[in-house]
Amino acid sequence: MVSNQVTKGLELDPPYDSPGYRSTQLRFPKRPLLVLPEGPTELHGPVFGDLAVGPGDADLTRQHAGEPLGERIVLSGRLLDDRGRPIANQLVEVWQANAAGRYAHAGDQHPAPLDANFTGAGRCISDPDGGYRFVTVKPGAYPWRNHTNAWRPAHIHFSVFGRAFTERLVTQMYFPGDPLLELDPIFRSVSERARGRMVSEFELATTVEEWALGYRFDVVVGGHLATPMIG
Amino acid sequence: MGEADPTPSQTVGPFFDIGLRWLHTPELVGPCVPGAIRIAGQVFDGVGDPIPDAVIEIFQADPDGRFPPDTETGWRGFGRCLSDPDGGFRFVTVKPGSVAAGSAPHVDVSVFARGLLQRLVTRCYFGDEERANAADRVLRTLGDGVAATMVAPAEDGTYRFDIHVQGEKETAFFAW
Ligand SMILES: [Fe+2]
Repeated sequence: MVSNQVTKGLELDPPYDSPGYRSTQLRFPKRPLLVLPEGPTELHGPVFGDLAVGPGDADLTRQHAGEPLGERIVLSGRLLDDRGRPIANQLVEVWQANAAGRYAHAGDQHPAPLDANFTGAGRCISDPDGGYRFVTVKPGAYPWRNHTNAWRPAHIHFSVFGRAFTERLVTQMYFPGDPLLELDPIFRSVSERARGRMVSEFELATTVEEWALGYRFDVVVGGHLATPMIG
Repeated sequence: MGEADPTPSQTVGPFFDIGLRWLHTPELVGPCVPGAIRIAGQVFDGVGDPIPDAVIEIFQADPDGRFPPDTETGWRGFGRCLSDPDGGFRFVTVKPGSVAAGSAPHVDVSVFARGLLQRLVTRCYFGDEERANAADRVLRTLGDGVAATMVAPAEDGTYRFDIHVQGEKETAFFAW
């Protein structure tokens, strides 16, 4: 009988069991994972091009009466599959803390100021070239209680849909040169080789003179499929 | 154009409400539509405590076994439900049609939460499809106990699909 157990082929994704990140402890599956059946349900995916998502949803600095405080940034990139092909007309969602490192969320107890002009949520539909673009402010680092003096590096949460159920991805985007990266168990849960794929690049070409710094972050979905282990 | 390194997965974290609530879509069809069914359950951790901060997403074929964008009805086949304080979720949908020979009707399920560095992926099958389930090419290769974790029993028009991410009752999950 062919085993239904699998082992990850490339280890590009972090393991569910990641002891440095305490919350994984009671939430990682202990049974072996099964081979994903690549049937029609897995090879199709939802389509979102008709959603009422407008240009205002991609500008996190224009969602309130005034402008949020912080370092204004333009964040752009492309949504691609694992063969480098653009994924057009798909949904990209982002959320983040404000410039002081505080989320507009009741559960965030960090005593840093809220910003009445910043919610920290955005979304857009990728263009024909897979491109997306957000205007926002650079999020602050924030403390969490995972271990003594634990701080999350500045990051923006990303949720993207590819063309298939198998290409669904939720991740976090980090900023280059952040000294907190090497101390962060969530960032470090990913193999050293693949960590760089989560770090955006500063980009002068998309930096807008006298206005905002540009960062580039391409999101590549797919290629996560595990290799079946026969035995 | 060459191959590109995939972007690794990271946890959805505790504050996803800000970015994901706007598309909280637990009703794929209206509850009074003929053929409407409910899929409801709770998400539990390794000691049996409910997980109040989970996002459950489903994807499925329409009753004719078709997927977007190949349906005239605009069927998206997608639902997202942010769990309640008791780890509860509830979808209103229709039973998907057969999508392939040897495949019983099923709904694909993703679970995202703090403490999950990748989503968990499973399938929800329907408890009142005994014959189709017995012939299903995924279920039939599994032991009865494991297969049963993916089969939702029907109770008064609601299919009960609890998800145990860890522990004795652990749900069967797929590597994705
Ligand atoms: Fe965060």
